[in-house]
Amino acid sequence: MKVGIVVFPGSNCDHDCYYAAAHAAGAHPVFLWHKDHELKNVDAIIVPGGFSYGDYLRSGAMARFSPIMEEVVAFANRGGMVLGVCNGFQILTESGLLPGVLMRNKNLKFLCCDVHVRSELEPSATPFTKKIDKGRVLRMPIAHNDGCYYADAETLDRLEGEGQIAFRYVSAAGAISESGNPNGSLRSIAGVRNEKGNVLGLMPHPERCAEDLLGNQDGALLIQGFSS
Amino acid sequence: MKAIVTITLKRGVLDPQGQAVAGGLKSLGFDDVRGVRVGKHIELELGRDGADARDRVTEMCRKLLANPVIEDFSVRLEGEGA
Repeated sequence: MKVGIVVFPGSNCDHDCYYAAAHAAGAHPVFLWHKDHELKNVDAIIVPGGFSYGDYLRSGAMARFSPIMEEVVAFANRGGMVLGVCNGFQILTESGLLPGVLMRNKNLKFLCCDVHVRSELEPSATPFTKKIDKGRVLRMPIAHNDGCYYADAETLDRLEGEGQIAFRYVSAAGAISESGNPNGSLRSIAGVRNEKGNVLGLMPHPERCAEDLLGNQDGALLIQGFSS
Repeated sequence: MKAIVTITLKRGVLDPQGQAVAGGLKSLGFDDVRGVRVGKHIELELGRDGADARDRVTEMCRKLLANPVIEDFSVRLEGEGA
């Protein structure tokens, strides 16, 4: 399994994703430079976190128009697997590959802490979740300023109806609550998938909790799911 | 030619920045402030004039300057009046 990791100016989780793909999932990672049109025959793509193009204008707005994103969008539309983490999730929404938008955190603070998210999908719903049972609570770190998920009510209803909500922020016990929702995301949404299930974005960082040495391997389940 | 684009959050979209500014104004004693919405002001220098300037800037807003999911925009061409 060859996994492409997109590198924008300002990406800062690209090497973590590379490491996690190689060591947690045994995949063969390669970097994909933002100015290139070459996808290097990868089987899956991770759009990593960071502050692509300085987050100018809006998070993810500029990255969307980079040469590599044209290819990533075409790859996704052909059914290729694309995972967006944090800034990568913001880029996928700006690109139109995923619905909604990530807005400024409700408390206006940059949040850097562990959170709990609950898987809302049957394992078969996406390649990313095949090792994660529905209802399972995962502990993962977040590190973002713009993570408040927003979509209009009609879109949110459709996402619920079609089973496109992948992860919700919950308490450690798995219950939805205001205190368990760090950034004010509507309906506690932490991650969504596209209709076909080949594109998934989430704000928490699975690549930062994919090794025993780090005291938490919950994120490895997600990375192993699609890259092994 | 100059175009001035104003981008605002759609009505109904929560604006925590605006709420914080409103709180700040109130604590300064401006207690008549009922609400604040924070937006963006973008000035564009255009290389050519023409009747299609407004359409071109509108296209720029749709493609990049604004996110239609959460934002509205308005376009004013210089000389058109405030």
